[in-house]
Amino acid sequence: MAHKWGMAVDLDRCTGCGACVTACHAENNIPTVGPEQAARGRAMHWIRVERYWEGDFPDVRLKFRPVMCQQCDAAPCEPVCPTYASHHTEDGLNAQVYNRCIGTRYCANACPYNVRFFDFFNPQWPKPLQLQLNPDVSVREVGVMEKCTFCVQRISAAQIDAKANKKELKDGDVKPACVQSCSAKALVFGDLNDPESEVARLARSPRGSKLLEDLGTLPNVTYLERQTQV
Amino acid sequence: MSDESARNITEDLLRPLQRTTWRFYVLVAFLGSIVAMGLGTWAYQMYMGFGMTGINNPVYWAFYITNFVFWIGISHAGTLISAILRLVNAGWRRPVTRCAEVITAFALMIGALFPIIHLGRPWLFFWLMPYPSSRLIWPNFRSPLVWDFFAISTYLTGSVLFLFLPMIPDFALIRDRSTGLRRRIYGALALGWRGTTKQWHRLESAMQIMAVAIIPVAVSVHTIVSFDFSMAPVPMWHSTMFGPYFVAGAIFSGIAGLIIAMAALRKFLHLEEYLHPVHFQNLGKLLLMMSLLWAYFVFAERLTVWYGNDTPEMNVFYVTQRGSFAPLYWTMVFCNFVLPFSILAIRKLRTITGCVIASFGVVVGMWLERFLIVVPSLSHKFLPYSWGHYQPRPVEIMIMTSTFAAMCLLYVLFSKFVPIISIWELKAGEHPSPALSPMAAHEHPLGETHA
Repeated sequence: MAHKWGMAVDLDRCTGCGACVTACHAENNIPTVGPEQAARGRAMHWIRVERYWEGDFPDVRLKFRPVMCQQCDAAPCEPVCPTYASHHTEDGLNAQVYNRCIGTRYCANACPYNVRFFDFFNPQWPKPLQLQLNPDVSVREVGVMEKCTFCVQRISAAQIDAKANKKELKDGDVKPACVQSCSAKALVFGDLNDPESEVARLARSPRGSKLLEDLGTLPNVTYLERQTQV
Repeated sequence: MSDESARNITEDLLRPLQRTTWRFYVLVAFLGSIVAMGLGTWAYQMYMGFGMTGINNPVYWAFYITNFVFWIGISHAGTLISAILRLVNAGWRRPVTRCAEVITAFALMIGALFPIIHLGRPWLFFWLMPYPSSRLIWPNFRSPLVWDFFAISTYLTGSVLFLFLPMIPDFALIRDRSTGLRRRIYGALALGWRGTTKQWHRLESAMQIMAVAIIPVAVSVHTIVSFDFSMAPVPMWHSTMFGPYFVAGAIFSGIAGLIIAMAALRKFLHLEEYLHPVHFQNLGKLLLMMSLLWAYFVFAERLTVWYGNDTPEMNVFYVTQRGSFAPLYWTMVFCNFVLPFSILAIRKLRTITGCVIASFGVVVGMWLERFLIVVPSLSHKFLPYSWGHYQPRPVEIMIMTSTFAAMCLLYVLFSKFVPIISIWELKAGEHPSPALSPMAAHEHPLGETHA
């Protein structure tokens, strides 16, 4: 059976430390744009930690919500792309083919989660950061869209490794950079088609919900949160 | 009407082609330099990177798409109005049709440039076309942007044909009255026109076919442009009424553009004898009707959203109604409804000047309308954390300015090389002789004359 990659985000565990953001930048060769461009809304974080304050001072509650591409089953970004740069893989991922992208940015408009990012300039890394570029991930040129891939390079590497050693891929063999770096273990990644996997178990949890679920995008990321009776 | 008047028509309307003053060269140089600066700015934007614009996350479409929709809207003046006037055989159409059809052709060319200017990698724009690629990849036919490509190219082809057909007898007229290179060029454009009865019949049939065919094409073009927005799940975009709303707005702004162009032609080419106040009054009434229709659409859209009370939509609703976009919004309402309504509904004010003032208001208002459709929705999508704002940068303003100059330049050049009023149609109207209009038969109602 084909895989169906998914993630679970435990908001009750998330401390908002931002390690996932940093790890993602390092793993996926995401350029840092600098304060001036960031102020203009050009910051690129394939995963971001949204902060929401609830209640009135002094009774304020701070909530964190890591938001990455939700890898929707019915992704609004896919049908609108005129060149198939944004398309669905057999493993249920929303893939982005950088070479095929001509930069209409239509996908980013259609995405309700605002998790697609545009390369406004050719990427640059202040020395010596260019030395830590990941050779497994292509660097995107100016004018294309990019987004979270669920670290597809790690998925492929694990699959190739399993095939070479004639093994089955086990739950936990693949860990995207954000999951690997999450010290609170708030992020869990795995195959939703494997009912025994931890992510499938968490996706069934009564604490679980999907982000903007009523839009009908069928996301593959489940957010876990203590449910309160109103 | 006598032969005298027929000769006057020819003389008057060919005068701009035969006599060129220094003012023409200064105007062309001025407009041309602005267009050149615009092209230079585009090259600069491509060289430096798309970040030279004000576009950001989440406002990924802004000025360029606004201008795209605006210019495609302006293009609805011409062909659509001209086709309708031809089909209902309005006698007053004769001096109006060609200057209207030209607007369509040029506005479409300019409008179609914007989706390319706005691309992150504009040099790969041809990937939108279904061409035989060695990689066997076709464009994604589910994408409204691909529909755009087909709609606009169909409309451009159709409206250029529709513009060209009635020019053939006039090209032949110029050919017969000139010598040398001019004669050869206009001879080629006249496609061997001899003015035989058979040729007149064929021309009339072709024009009638085009007039019928172009109307559904024009309606579909702006519907498909609206689908660019309404197919995406974005608050206030995802609306079933966008198709007719955009078509109405397009015709609205198109008539305004036509009135301005006609007033300019009347003044600068001294066509007072051909473009009468009644032409402006009639178009003014049409503009008034479209203004009411536009107001009705906006009212229906706003009221439905307000009663629906859906949180994401209400965020966009309020940010335009009374938030940061409110000054633009109420300027739009003033320019598109209050101003044209109060001028055009009063017969005394429905003069040429009044119509031109109302039209300028409508052009500004309709530009703002497109901006207010594109930007507030994108800057206020579902997750408040990722709300943003947008401010245009000099690159975008320069390119936009240059397209207005390009429109003027193309129009000035066209009226220099082609009689801007159809000579033979005017003669057929004023001088119904069997030699000029042998097609006034039952099966060719377009040829009928209304004296």
